[in-house]
Amino acid sequence: MIRVLKPGLLTTVQDLGRTGCQQYGIVVGGALDAFAARVVNLIVGNDDNAAVLELAQTGPELQFARDALIAWNGGDFDATIGGQALPRDRAVRVAAGETVNFGVARSGLRAWVAIAGGIDVPLVMGSRTTYRRAGIGGHQGRPLIAGDELKTFAPGERALAMMASLKTAEKRATTWTVRPETMGKQAPAGVVRAMRGPEWEWFSEDAQRDFFSAEWQTTKEADRMGVRLQGPGLVLVKPREMISAAVSTGVVQVPPSGHPIVLLPSRQSVGGYPRIAAVAGVDIGRFTQLRPGGKMRFDKISLPVAQELWLARERDLGRVQLGLARMTG
Amino acid sequence: MQITPLGDSALIVELGDAINESTHLRVQTAWRALAAEPLPGVSEAVPAYTTITLFYDPSLVVQSGAPADGIVEWLGTKVRERLKNPPKTAKAKPRTVEVPVCYGGDFAPDLGRVAAQAKLSPEEVVKRHAKAEYRVHLIGFAPGFPYLGGLPKELQTPRHAKPRMAVPAGSVGIGGEQTGIYPQSTPGGWNLIGRTPLRLFRPEENPPVLLQAGDVVKFRAITPEEFAKLSEVRP
Repeated sequence: MIRVLKPGLLTTVQDLGRTGCQQYGIVVGGALDAFAARVVNLIVGNDDNAAVLELAQTGPELQFARDALIAWNGGDFDATIGGQALPRDRAVRVAAGETVNFGVARSGLRAWVAIAGGIDVPLVMGSRTTYRRAGIGGHQGRPLIAGDELKTFAPGERALAMMASLKTAEKRATTWTVRPETMGKQAPAGVVRAMRGPEWEWFSEDAQRDFFSAEWQTTKEADRMGVRLQGPGLVLVKPREMISAAVSTGVVQVPPSGHPIVLLPSRQSVGGYPRIAAVAGVDIGRFTQLRPGGKMRFDKISLPVAQELWLARERDLGRVQLGLARMTG
Repeated sequence: MQITPLGDSALIVELGDAINESTHLRVQTAWRALAAEPLPGVSEAVPAYTTITLFYDPSLVVQSGAPADGIVEWLGTKVRERLKNPPKTAKAKPRTVEVPVCYGGDFAPDLGRVAAQAKLSPEEVVKRHAKAEYRVHLIGFAPGFPYLGGLPKELQTPRHAKPRMAVPAGSVGIGGEQTGIYPQSTPGGWNLIGRTPLRLFRPEENPPVLLQAGDVVKFRAITPEEFAKLSEVRP
């Protein structure tokens, strides 16, 4: 059991999302950086889809009632265990009674914490993801509050073996690390790769040029559903109404105000604004690390390139999985 | 039919360019064909007014045999083949769902407004609203929120310029040419003419919603007494 001493700003239980329910108007949700969540689960020997904690800006303080194996990744949080720095991107042994404190993010905005076995909350419509607006999923359908007690499933065999060998060696953490940002091909800092959206042709030439050349600033109008960007106004060639249709994570839609919104995993299932672009699937995670006021630029790539980036990252992850399986038995 | 990519992990199958019943029926037929057996690597098929959006995982599609540099074309071919030869299980007839509605009183603060612009008596508005047959074009905006087509023309009423802060759950409203039911208490600008005692979002059930895309909806006018009797406990 894990006791929440301090909840942090917005700490939620997430998995890879409530897939299959968009036809009912139910949002997919899930970890804002699904790849990071998969990697952090992999480190502690969990399935891809095990429930993890997602942290935003200020992390929680957690006390562990029993020995555990944990891992975290994402933004640069000031994380400590018993007053010592809590190493990231690797499996860390926590002894019964110890307290882990995630502090504040020094850079980036979000982080993911996996606990061997995964967090034990009920499956709702096939997922453990917190669906805050509907008050379902996750821990009691809401972000964590002080005093919450989280259960975890029993650690897997690999996790138990890692815990035993760390204990024997009197080591806190594994020497190896698995870092999501080393897999696939990264874009330079401040650049988010994107491709044209279905209504690209609806936009004026100026809007098309500005979208891929301007410096954009993320605003405070940002949550798990989407982020509004500040920059040049994007106008249509002529006023035109779109018939509402499904939208997707990463889609950049432009309401009549002309200020684009990048949709994130907790987006609604349906949207009615023209979609000028879509962020490449591999860059959604890093986009969600931008703080309000953060500056970025969109780099235009083609759909086949975006998919090749996706496949390359999966190939790298597959190799890491094999390597870890060999190393940790 | 047109197939357009939506980012690197979704495809839009477009079956029309206007909201009407014939497009709706085409979308429904295609949706049943696509959803009956999922295409390789496809996790969801989401119907809307004129489109079906398929969500897929590029690496799963490649594992199923698509060339890495032609994922969209490969999936597009599979979509066209499937629509030409729909599986037998796809031939389900649309369901008809009767939704009891208590029109009037506290449940219908805007009935007078709708009646005034329609130049009809409130009783006649209720009669015509309940007599019409509606189709669920899509579910969206909120869990279980149905976008209904089929509102009689004379009942079309512009939305409130200033939306209400809280529309009670179950409220039946008219917004422009649309009519629908609010599953949860949310802010909203539609004209409220009644309320259903049924819950539209039922997270504990499978499916978790009362109404689904493709359903035919018929409203049945009920008394306040019946409303109280049918009222479902809201969690």
